[in-house]
Amino acid sequence: MTSSIRLVKDDLRPPESTGRRHLLSMADLTRDDVERVLGTARTFASSLEREVKKLPTLKGRLIVNLFYESSTRTSSSFELAAKRLSADTLTIKSVGSSVDKGESLKDTALTLGAYDPDVIVIRHPQVGAAHFVARVADAHVVNAGDGKHQHPTQALLDLYTLQQELGRLDGLHVAIVGDVLHSRVARSLVQAFALMKIRCTLVGPPALLPQGLGESTTDIEAIRDADVVYVLRMQNERMQAGANFVPSLREYTARWGITPERLRAGQKVMHPGPMNRGVEIDPRVADSGDALVETQVRSGLVVRMAVLYDLLVGGPVGVRALAAAEVA
Amino acid sequence: MLWMKESPGANVVVRGARVVDPTEGIDTILDVRVDRGVIAQIGESVDTNEHRVIDGAGLVLAPAFVDPHVHLRTPGREDEETVATGTAAAAAGGYCAILGIPNTDPVIDSAATLQSLVETARREAEIPVGFMAAISRGQAGEELTEMAELAAAGAAAFTDDGVPVVSAGLLQRALQYAAVTGRPIALHCEEPSLSRGSHMHLGRVSAELGLGGYPSVAESVMVERDLSLAAAEGQPLHLMHLSAAESVAALRRARDAGVRASGEVTPHHLVLTDEAVRTLDPNVKMSPPLREERDRLALLDALRYGTIECVATDHAPHARHEKEVPFEAAPNGVTGLETAFAALYTQLVQPGLLTLATLLERMSAGPARVFGIERPRVATGARANLVLLDLDRAWTVGESFKSKSANSWLLGETVQGRVVLTIANGALAFQA
Repeated sequence: MTSSIRLVKDDLRPPESTGRRHLLSMADLTRDDVERVLGTARTFASSLEREVKKLPTLKGRLIVNLFYESSTRTSSSFELAAKRLSADTLTIKSVGSSVDKGESLKDTALTLGAYDPDVIVIRHPQVGAAHFVARVADAHVVNAGDGKHQHPTQALLDLYTLQQELGRLDGLHVAIVGDVLHSRVARSLVQAFALMKIRCTLVGPPALLPQGLGESTTDIEAIRDADVVYVLRMQNERMQAGANFVPSLREYTARWGITPERLRAGQKVMHPGPMNRGVEIDPRVADSGDALVETQVRSGLVVRMAVLYDLLVGGPVGVRALAAAEVA
Repeated sequence: MLWMKESPGANVVVRGARVVDPTEGIDTILDVRVDRGVIAQIGESVDTNEHRVIDGAGLVLAPAFVDPHVHLRTPGREDEETVATGTAAAAAGGYCAILGIPNTDPVIDSAATLQSLVETARREAEIPVGFMAAISRGQAGEELTEMAELAAAGAAAFTDDGVPVVSAGLLQRALQYAAVTGRPIALHCEEPSLSRGSHMHLGRVSAELGLGGYPSVAESVMVERDLSLAAAEGQPLHLMHLSAAESVAALRRARDAGVRASGEVTPHHLVLTDEAVRTLDPNVKMSPPLREERDRLALLDALRYGTIECVATDHAPHARHEKEVPFEAAPNGVTGLETAFAALYTQLVQPGLLTLATLLERMSAGPARVFGIERPRVATGARANLVLLDLDRAWTVGESFKSKSANSWLLGETVQGRVVLTIANGALAFQA
């Protein structure tokens, strides 16, 4: 007679994660999924060292990039990732499309769905947009950033970068510094780091450090113990007078800006871009050999190739795919 | 104060149902005969008088429900709900009286708009419906409405619900004037400078989801302020849709200190927590938001022991296309009239967290008492306001709604406890 109280309704959960159907959130992935994708990315990286960089793996597939926010590196790297795998791509930006005319996300998703895309990559300013598209469209959906929620491919490319540069993930310590509150990158990283047993410390002004995400402190000295300092972008629009997240940008930079003086020798620095030089990161740090920013961008390409491959083909990329590349 | 369309009084006998009226102290198997809308005989074997006989064996017959918090969306958004569909939904949910909230377009802030709504209710309401009027003109929080004239035109109570009364000075004046109107002041408690930009409860889940958070203190700080004003003015106050443990504690302290304060809680706040928002389903987005387990348990406790006297649905219909958007873009509000009893019976009574008698009291006599509505009761000579319930019947939410909108937080869920028959103000309002 009695029924248990179900606080979360099963049928409303995001689609079960096999790491296959969609990539909406880091929370969808298991450690095995991450290791498989990073392994695939490494294989693709070696393939990109060849003279002919194109692989035939996704020939005949259609990847739609639907970008409702400006983006340089994410949209270009998804597009290039698809092209390197021989997929057809269609990139829709909100400016200049029907979105400009007030078309709803549902109608845009259905319209694009009529072309039978295999994957829809979506970047949108609102939390839940990728989940919503996953519910209304038949395609595999990749979340390329939904509001302040998630940016899982960024977290994957950062894991890839860490592994390449530091040789391991397990046991690393990363300090994430800055505006955690408004950062989807930070949210995905916190989950990714937990999954891969990387210690994570969040550092920043009190109003920009949400409670409940994990170890956090307002003390910038806390970055000293970290192997890597991950600097978040300070978004100018958040810093308008009256918002009072911090008293001023000047005070932020003085207290939490990453300068050479605050870093230990050999400490690596990462940033998801675009950087505000002179605000959250001193230009001397940005230009130093310890900054891994360009490596992150390069990692983005192979990791996104691996994500598309994983969704559409599945399994670890093997000899066969590369052999097929030889034939092509 | 309540209006409905002309409907003939029912002639009916309910035979052998378990009659439960907690206030009258009845819980036994009886027959009840209704003659032309009035309860004529209650007994172990009543005369049928050639009325239609309904076999009540295995069913519960109770006083029908009263909902003091319904967004009827009329005037202005008749595509979402009308007086006809909203009252039909209420009848299907077992209600015999509901109160509409004035945050319509235009706002119900003048006797003229109220009168036209009353005319509509007289034409099309399936069950008795009353209307609250706004505290401030246009709910802008600046000037009082003509509350005495509105009360004379039939305003059931006054509220700016949808938005809080931000100005303490304005609320003080409204409370003072309530002595003239004799009608309750009902408040949506929210400090906007603390809830700005929010889409859910501020907590661990909002931190993970990246959604702007509405902290519990944004509600409780306003609850404390409003209770202080009610105490200072010696006037009664009703707190709408309470969601936070701190608010409940403040209400309990004020009541213990003799403040005439009452409170209501919604079914969704009694069943769900912010964990449900992880689905990013727009049908779990509402204001105030779903909070944490400790809040849910505090609300349940308050309902159990009577600190909170009313279950209110805060039925808030939305057009399908407005909810078919990303969570962050979706408007606040969920429907509830047709599922309230089943949700609470399934989630609270069946697991033994609340007795059936307490649930029935808080859904009927409690709100009737707070808003000065005649208490629905199973008593000879009383106007028939009765609901017949099948507690064994499981059903899936979404099979069909009488409401024009389907933004139910229970969509697709299987619940137990179905309304079989509703008699409202003597008339047969719903039969499954």
